[in-house]
Amino acid sequence: MKKLTTSRFALALAAPLFAAFFSLSISSLAVLATHKSPSAAFSLMWEYGTRAGSLMAAANLATSYYIAAIAIALTFRAGLFNIGVEGQLRLGALFAGFLGSKFSLPPVFHVIAVMLIAMLVGGSWAAIAAYMKVKRGVSEVISTIMLNAMAGGLSAYLLSKHFAMKQATGYNLETKPLPKSAQFPNLMPVLRKLGIQNQPGAGVYGMAVVAIAMGFAFWFLVNRTRFGFELRASGVNPMAARVSGVNAKRMTIIALVGSGAIAGLAGLPTLMGETYSYNLGFRGGIGFSAIAIALLGRNSALGMGISACLFGFLEVASQTLDLINIAPETYVIMQGSILLSAVVAYEVVRRYQLTLHSEALAKVGE
Amino acid sequence: MAYAVELRNISKRFPGVVANRDVSMKVRGGSVHALVGENGAGKSTVMKILYGMQQPDSGEILIDDQQVAFRKPADAIAAGVGMVHQHFMLADNFTVLENVILGYEPTKRGVINVAEARKKILEMSAAYGLDVNPDALVEDLGVGQRQRVEILKVLYRGARILIFDEPTAVLVPQEVDELFGALHGLREDGLTVIFISHKLDEVLRVADDVTVVRAGSTVAEVKASDVTAKQLAELMVGSELPSPEIHGTPRRELITLSLKNVTVPSPSGARDLISDVSFELHAGEVVGIAGVEGNGQSELIEAILGLRKYRGEVLFKGESLDRFSVAHRRDLGIGFIPEDRQRQALLMASPLWENRILGHQRGKPVMNGYVIDKKSTMTDTISIMEEFDVRAPGPDTLALALSGGNQQKFIVGREMRGDPSLLLASHPARGVDVGAQADIWNELRRAREKGMAIVMISADLEELIGMSDRLLVMLRGKITATLDPKTTTPESLGSAMTGAA
Repeated sequence: MKKLTTSRFALALAAPLFAAFFSLSISSLAVLATHKSPSAAFSLMWEYGTRAGSLMAAANLATSYYIAAIAIALTFRAGLFNIGVEGQLRLGALFAGFLGSKFSLPPVFHVIAVMLIAMLVGGSWAAIAAYMKVKRGVSEVISTIMLNAMAGGLSAYLLSKHFAMKQATGYNLETKPLPKSAQFPNLMPVLRKLGIQNQPGAGVYGMAVVAIAMGFAFWFLVNRTRFGFELRASGVNPMAARVSGVNAKRMTIIALVGSGAIAGLAGLPTLMGETYSYNLGFRGGIGFSAIAIALLGRNSALGMGISACLFGFLEVASQTLDLINIAPETYVIMQGSILLSAVVAYEVVRRYQLTLHSEALAKVGE
Repeated sequence: MAYAVELRNISKRFPGVVANRDVSMKVRGGSVHALVGENGAGKSTVMKILYGMQQPDSGEILIDDQQVAFRKPADAIAAGVGMVHQHFMLADNFTVLENVILGYEPTKRGVINVAEARKKILEMSAAYGLDVNPDALVEDLGVGQRQRVEILKVLYRGARILIFDEPTAVLVPQEVDELFGALHGLREDGLTVIFISHKLDEVLRVADDVTVVRAGSTVAEVKASDVTAKQLAELMVGSELPSPEIHGTPRRELITLSLKNVTVPSPSGARDLISDVSFELHAGEVVGIAGVEGNGQSELIEAILGLRKYRGEVLFKGESLDRFSVAHRRDLGIGFIPEDRQRQALLMASPLWENRILGHQRGKPVMNGYVIDKKSTMTDTISIMEEFDVRAPGPDTLALALSGGNQQKFIVGREMRGDPSLLLASHPARGVDVGAQADIWNELRRAREKGMAIVMISADLEELIGMSDRLLVMLRGKITATLDPKTTTPESLGSAMTGAA
């Protein structure tokens, strides 16, 4: 048994190592294709990416990615697929920004209230898909994709016509900034005490702590609770789950609405930590990158944490590639090839493990 | 007399366990030879060795009196040994022809010579009565036809010795007949068939010779014409055969289950799946529901468990269940052994300890409030494995790695642990070997004596008659007869089931 554990550990490392190697090769080819030196590109990225300021920016980006990935993983684990995280987080942030500036509360309560608004809006948007799935059997994959398109249009309309501040020169439409009491405190004051210098940029969002706490909560909920067990059972064998007493419709609703509520929070790190208002420059695509992050992290709390940080790092570090005339979008190739190779590597390792497993059993059984 | 296959004193040890010690068998050329034994007796290991998937530690393999050593299946195929696997290995989106030639494509200047392949396949189909349209897509074929494609695949690769691993496990009776027809065709053409099974009546129907293995050793080599199924079974288990029977009348006054005019409408609006079924079941009583498959027995069980909508009333210990969810019903003390264990009762890719939780996730010992109590679940899983003789390395073993019989024993153990007052058992001993069957029957008997009420469905009429206090015959969704098992024979029950009586 001891030996099995060691090899299991080695196997767990095999897949990510293979994925890293494979994706480095692919990205090198991509850089070579533009007649540039891959080693120069990578060393420049590493040099820039590991600067304190870049790491902070990467962490901030990873915070949003991670929360959105948790939202997606919750549905993956239930055998569902919420592609609508993008729309849910956008609407969540829009309403949180708009409504959050309309009232005042003591500091901590105001922050919580804004978060609740975002969750409520995100959850309600996802509830449309959940309702259609349960009542009419509409695939949530299709409905959430369509809801994304609607969320994009709806948010643009609401912002320009109703939510934006009246300005004399309105090039950048934005909601009224959140009052101080609704802003999430930055982590810089704490980090300074630990001897870390201020850097240009937005510091480190306080929401990072919330994201980490959500990671723990997600792990515990899915792996250690009755609800999590029923969720996973519904995901891997809906029929057996039903026979065991799980109400399939209820599980679908909880998973999708819960996912939407979590997704609603994913837009808040920037809103409550940097811009304080929802504006036209609201970052798009988080909800889509998060799908890749959840896949790469295999829907596990730790795995998604690592993938979110990796995606954040690559995205920030690649900005410097411009300096040597390489398109910064090279990071998209890197992310894509990591994902592709990881999915393949995991599957290979899974099959190999299964073989080991049956061999171990053959020794006892037959 | 030359033997097509001869195994001499084959031994295979895995660390800590001996899978085979001293297995010998002699297979005459042009015969159908059955290899029988309980789950875990070592049948599969012997065949894996013969097919080159594993290497023996000692012993000799002779093919046509020539000693051989197979390192891999390709060696075995080259020597004319082919294997028809229990689980088909076919590409669904390919045609029959494409599947058959896959990997052995005849080519003409680098292009697949389809015409030649088709000719060869048609010849083989005709010669052995393996009637399959070479241009049909495999995904459109039924199970029996897919098996024929597998056989064609093996023949196409030039096999003269065909190993069939539990070929009838997936077939309906009619397809079994067709398969046996094909096996006789192969035999007449001088091919040799080795047939692994634990269904003894089938073995006796199709085989010329039988080799019995028990606990990794050959215990008997007999002619099929010289033995009865009962004798074979006793050779397999090494002791007198268990029989399904119950004694005494532990029936109590308490009425555990009562159905009043239960009707299950068909979802498509056609004829009701069950109409107007009423009966009462006392604590300590077993009622057997007899019927040809598809006459409403499964739907009846599903209605009692709350998996199907019904009209009428279901009372459990006098309390109406009609408005209760599946979870609520199970928690009141209704255990369930479903007919399709892999689809309905197991999370195949999860470890056994997680499977222990399934269906019991709302209480002790697997939960502590709303949180999984892993330690206590592990302990309980281990004790189920010991008590019910579930053969697996440990509670971390994935359910999919267990043999069917062990999966079933685990499920029975799990449901018994919940100490239900009512057990709904669909084919509780289906697909398990005689030893496990005896264990399961013992458990049911013991539970009955302690006052458990049991609703049982089984396709095995002897089991149904032997284990029931009362038999209800279902035909087209209605209960058409109530029989006393003491005065019922399988033949009379069979005719009652088909409505002939």
